Amino acid sequence: MSARSAPPAVQVRGLVRTFTLKGVLNGIDLDIAPGEFVALLGRSGSGKSTLLRALAGIDHEADGVGEIVLPERQSVIFQDARLLPWMRVLDNVVLGLAGNDVRERGRTALAEVGLSGRERAWPHELSGGEQQRVALARALVREPKLLLADEPFGALDALTRIQMHTLLRRLSDLHDPAVLLVTHDIDEAIVLADRIVLLDQGRLAADLRVELPSAGPARQDRIAGLRRDLHRLLGVEDAPAEHRDHAAVVTTLRGQS
Amino acid sequence: MNAHSHDLQVPVEVHARTPPPPLAPITQTGRLILRQRLSPGTPARYGILLGPALLLLYWSVLSITGFLDPRILPAPWTAVGTSIELIREGRLQTNLAVSTWRAMSGLGIGVLVGAGLALLSGLSLLGGYVIDGLVQIKRGIPILALIPFMILWLGIGEAMKITLIATAVFFPVYINTHNALRAIDIRHVELAETLGLSRWQFLRRVVVPGSLPGFLTGLRFGVTSSWLALVVVEQLNATSGIGYMVTLARNYAQTDIMLVGLVVYALLGFGSDALVRHLETRLLGWRRTLGK
Repeated sequence: MSARSAPPAVQVRGLVRTFTLKGVLNGIDLDIAPGEFVALLGRSGSGKSTLLRALAGIDHEADGVGEIVLPERQSVIFQDARLLPWMRVLDNVVLGLAGNDVRERGRTALAEVGLSGRERAWPHELSGGEQQRVALARALVREPKLLLADEPFGALDALTRIQMHTLLRRLSDLHDPAVLLVTHDIDEAIVLADRIVLLDQGRLAADLRVELPSAGPARQDRIAGLRRDLHRLLGVEDAPAEHRDHAAVVTTLRGQS
Repeated sequence: MNAHSHDLQVPVEVHARTPPPPLAPITQTGRLILRQRLSPGTPARYGILLGPALLLLYWSVLSITGFLDPRILPAPWTAVGTSIELIREGRLQTNLAVSTWRAMSGLGIGVLVGAGLALLSGLSLLGGYVIDGLVQIKRGIPILALIPFMILWLGIGEAMKITLIATAVFFPVYINTHNALRAIDIRHVELAETLGLSRWQFLRRVVVPGSLPGFLTGLRFGVTSSWLALVVVEQLNATSGIGYMVTLARNYAQTDIMLVGLVVYALLGFGSDALVRHLETRLLGWRRTLGK
């Protein structure tokens, strides 16, 4: 999905935030096209959560200036599912919606995230991954033009996270909202996003198009290349140990002795 | 990375040169050791009634053998006989009705005002500044110390009695509800904001269910307080009610009627507490399932 001729879904100009708990923003300019999936990468304290909270409109305590233009319908997914424990799953999904067909729409949304039949369950009866899928259904049932996600998979185990990646990518292709995904996971950003924006000390440090080939060695090469670039931009000296060839590690050990 | 792999190298070398000692064979003792149990075990269903039953037995034995002077404390069966007589005369039920009405009116007013003011002071800054400070100051004065002023302001009629009971109920309800409101998860508030809930929806879907456990705790304390205040106000210039019946009986040294009054208070207190606990299990079903 490349940039379109339509006006951007999100337009941020000169956004400054000071004296927040999570980090400052020093003048952010950012456009997101309709339907575009943008991953926002950065070290902790780089201001990525601050930017997301500013867009979500929940940074009541923050001081700052700037201009934000957003679509009317937007949804937020947090790192924790934030289901209300005193409401059953379906009631959580349709919370705040009005109309005759909301329960039907809620059921459809639950079916989309693979939770048909769990409508009457209490949130605590679900696993962490299932709870986060309910949160995804709650976000999508509102048919948002912008989906804001603040490290939504950060608290999940590795296997569940991979499943959630596939689900999120499929559903965002289906519903086609603009997405801003805050993450500190480089691989997650590469696999999911159309575009990766790097935040460093409250400024946009880089803006990369992902453009992954659909399969084959070309795809792997592109992933490796992007990962290398991002590591360099983030100032990471070496790739983490689990990405290294195991044989290479063994060789090093032998060579030392 | 070099330094790191150098660290790794040492234990590998050591491990390779000295083989681990052979494992000792497993010896079989052939006897299962059951440890002494330190927990008390699973309680029997009606086991809790054992203590009261023993007390009743002890009381009966003392009464039969004549160790207990009926002028000090009459026998249990005398109390039963007196109750039947009082009911036949109609005195017990009329007085009980008056007492229950007083307690319930006081409870109702106290709960409404307590929960209402807790909402006001918990949800608005100005409300908090005005109400909460006053409540905290007033908390230092024992309710019963207000009686002289209450009589001065409201006379010795029903208005004074119900106001005093309502005041006694107000504090536990207010304090527990207010605490629960302040403990509402900020993350749930943020969620309500991002979902675009109206103030009313926020109150109904987040605030009320979130503070309900605290409110119910307050209600339980409030119910107990209402009976306590009732006993006191009914001994002040009352002309009806269980307390009046007991005071009158005391003047004529009718210990059996005094005893009936005591038993009625006990039953009322126990019954209403059971009612609130039942309410708790019904309303907090989402929590109860947590334990299962």
